[in-house]
Amino acid sequence: MTDQKINNVNVQEQPKTPCPPAQDIHHQLKEPLVRMTKRGVVTTRQKVIVYVAGFILALVVGALMLLAIGKNPFFAYRDMVVGSFGTAIASAETIRIAVPLLIASVAVGFAFKMKFWNIGAEGQILAGAIFSSYIVIHSINNNNYIGRLPLHLIMVILAMVGGALFGFLPAYFKTKWETNETLFTLMLNYVAIHYVAYLQSLRSWQHPDSTYPKIVDFATFTNGKVALPRLFGVHIGWIFAIIIAVIAYFYLTKTKHGYEISVVGDSLNTARYAGMNTRWIQIRTLLISGALCGFAGYLQVAGANHTLTATTAGGVGFTAITVAWLAKLNPFVMIPIAIFIAMLQKGSLFIQSTMRIPAAAADLLTGLILFFMLGSEFFIEYKLVFRSKHHAPHIEQKEVSA
Amino acid sequence: MLDTKPITVDNVVEMRHICKSFGTVQALSDVHFALRRGEILSLLGENGSGKTTLMNILSGIYFPDAGEIYVNGNHVTIRQPKDAFDLKIGMVHQHFKLVDVFSAAENIVLGLPGGRTINRRALARHVREIADQYGFEIDPDKKVYDMSVSEKQTVEIIKTLYRGADILILDEPTAVLTPQETDKLFDIMRAMKKDNKSIILITHKLNEVLAVSDRVTVLRKGEYIDTVLTKDATIQSLTDMMVGRSVSLEIDCPEPQNIEPILKVQSLTVLNQDGAKALDDVTFGVNGGEILGIAGISGSGQRELCEAIAGLYPVTGGSILYRNVVDGHEVDENVVGLNPNDIVKKGIALAFVPEDRLGMGLVPSLNMVDNIMLKHYRKKKGFFVDRKTSRQIAERLVEELQIVTPDVFTPIRKLSGGNVQKVLVGREIDTHPRLLMVAYPVRGLDINSSYTIYNLLNEQKEKGVAVIFIGEDLDVLMEISDRLLVLSGGRVTGIVDPRCTSKQDIGLLMLGQSIDNEKGADAV
Repeated sequence: MTDQKINNVNVQEQPKTPCPPAQDIHHQLKEPLVRMTKRGVVTTRQKVIVYVAGFILALVVGALMLLAIGKNPFFAYRDMVVGSFGTAIASAETIRIAVPLLIASVAVGFAFKMKFWNIGAEGQILAGAIFSSYIVIHSINNNNYIGRLPLHLIMVILAMVGGALFGFLPAYFKTKWETNETLFTLMLNYVAIHYVAYLQSLRSWQHPDSTYPKIVDFATFTNGKVALPRLFGVHIGWIFAIIIAVIAYFYLTKTKHGYEISVVGDSLNTARYAGMNTRWIQIRTLLISGALCGFAGYLQVAGANHTLTATTAGGVGFTAITVAWLAKLNPFVMIPIAIFIAMLQKGSLFIQSTMRIPAAAADLLTGLILFFMLGSEFFIEYKLVFRSKHHAPHIEQKEVSA
Repeated sequence: MLDTKPITVDNVVEMRHICKSFGTVQALSDVHFALRRGEILSLLGENGSGKTTLMNILSGIYFPDAGEIYVNGNHVTIRQPKDAFDLKIGMVHQHFKLVDVFSAAENIVLGLPGGRTINRRALARHVREIADQYGFEIDPDKKVYDMSVSEKQTVEIIKTLYRGADILILDEPTAVLTPQETDKLFDIMRAMKKDNKSIILITHKLNEVLAVSDRVTVLRKGEYIDTVLTKDATIQSLTDMMVGRSVSLEIDCPEPQNIEPILKVQSLTVLNQDGAKALDDVTFGVNGGEILGIAGISGSGQRELCEAIAGLYPVTGGSILYRNVVDGHEVDENVVGLNPNDIVKKGIALAFVPEDRLGMGLVPSLNMVDNIMLKHYRKKKGFFVDRKTSRQIAERLVEELQIVTPDVFTPIRKLSGGNVQKVLVGREIDTHPRLLMVAYPVRGLDINSSYTIYNLLNEQKEKGVAVIFIGEDLDVLMEISDRLLVLSGGRVTGIVDPRCTSKQDIGLLMLGQSIDNEKGADAV
């Protein structure tokens, strides 16, 4: 039935060739060489294949760069693994790097899930470190009168208050006056860093016999009270980090709060429609996000460094953004990814001494991997269709314009 | 087969064996299409039948997976909109593509090659010439943000004519127009036809097809069905082709029973973001057991009205009174100034289906279970959510409303428009409301899904629920409503009985004019 009716439109004239052969090759217009089309259902297996391929490609490109500076990439990769997990000491050091990274990743993951672009983890970690250092200095300057356990409790509380404050400010202003949280959190990083520089210049924070702008070593001056105990060679912060990741997973997936975060993140209007207090949800989530970062700051002071410097956060707050996205904001997945990134960082320090490859190689590789992983997203959504020779139609422009 | 048939010069456009898929969705499969010189051809089909996709291929927005296109007998490849312009094909999209802060004339020349300066006087003259030739009314210097929808449409059409288009594609041009404006547009289309232009009218409104076109091509679910002469077609024959089987066109409209007032809106005034009155002194009431239809040109205050009643829009003046039962006594509670959660806490059973389903009302990336939880997750005590209950509701709704989804854990943005709407309406009805507000509930839905929605609304009405139905299709509104409120520019221009009011009169009310009394009396 379909063809007959339409045919009566065309019967009048003598048949022409349905596909006029193109004579003037210069004027051919072809189907585009490559075009994108959307994939339908994507199986988990396909996704895994794309991600693995992306990861391998990142390593290959990294290898090419190593080759370009005249280094053997196989030795370099091997040494990175050996340097990060070859010995017990190396492994402990790697995990030590991973601890604040994991906590900060979980923290920014909370905010990102709500589409609140908190890139101020660096500042929030430092805020936690600064706040907890205050009580340590106070105790030192008053004959160490605070006992070990109370000291740590107060440090934790202060650290979390400090981090939460740094999370609260951008959330308050965003929900009140729609300020841009990205700029706000970024700027707060510098506030924290320069505040540390100020503290370093204070006489009461320095070594009594020195005028060098450096804050005292807390472990020595508190008779070891500040130093966190170790388990398997690493300060016990790693246990907290794993507990935090696990709790965060359940918080996000099983609780009302986590549900509200998902709704607010996906559609603010729907959240309002459902009667959610969107303002409080955003502030609450940033308080938690900041407090977690503050806790990481406490671990850096009490566990890793035993002092406060402008590099106490050491870029962890920024690397955490990468970890959170690579893990697709899933706190469980953040555990292996944080360890992997820590491994790259530790390993590159190792190859710096053994192979004289700049330690920046770690950042380069991290960047490459992130780049290829994000690129993989594209190939999961779309596939490329190349021009096929079978039905490539063509046109003669001259005829058209005639 | 069609392939062996001649390409005639009478056919300015011919498309053959067109296939196009998006992911797993086959939008077009082996579709044929032919347009003659100097005719108005209706491209008819339900939403999702592939009409717009086919025309987007012709205008260079999509590239087909397979198939051939001939323009004036020549085999052509259209890779981008510019190729279509060069072939003198112009398309007026359903959603206008105009720059708000530019004038009509500036929008018309936007993107055209030319020197550094625009000769405004010559341009305005040229625009006026085109307007006079076909009977448009246009002020070339008027800014787009000052224009009504129909004026914007005029700019879009003149834009294509200015570029020398001989083949015009109009995508659902009447969706936003009043009956009077529609008639005017049809006159213009006839004038263009006289000038030997070929026009494709994409539509799903049958009376328009019959009124203006010479031939009709029908698509159904991405397949070519037939092309017939309009004079040989009837509403019933076209519907059968469109839907694939005979459908009864009657919407059930049971008489209201057990009427009791549920909602009273008094002198409601709200301001929009610019401080202008979006609603001006609006007063009406809704009773349980009836459907109150709300008609009006889009943007007449419908959205603000719904959102104000739902506690989502700040109210400047007036009151919104719900009849509520507290301790066995009936009281009218003013909900102005309350947010949606406060309203729920007062025990008021209000359900609301907003017009932008995925932007408000649903969370696109969450699954059906989580979306159903939205309305009652607070009810359970404690810190954790209860997915079990909403999963049961979700599974029941899938069965009752025949929602097509792989499972209840698929993100709802992956579902089709009709199924998304069933999830939303199903969830709202499941809350056992006393007042149900639905805004454009069948927009983008196929006929079968639309009737599912109409039936659900009538069921609610029979249960004694007060239903507010905001719609755009006047025919449907007049059939389903017990009373019809007409909004124009934020004011109520009339509350009429749709059974004894003509469509023309409602059109006048939509334009802000009052029906003259004698005529109204005659109608009664």
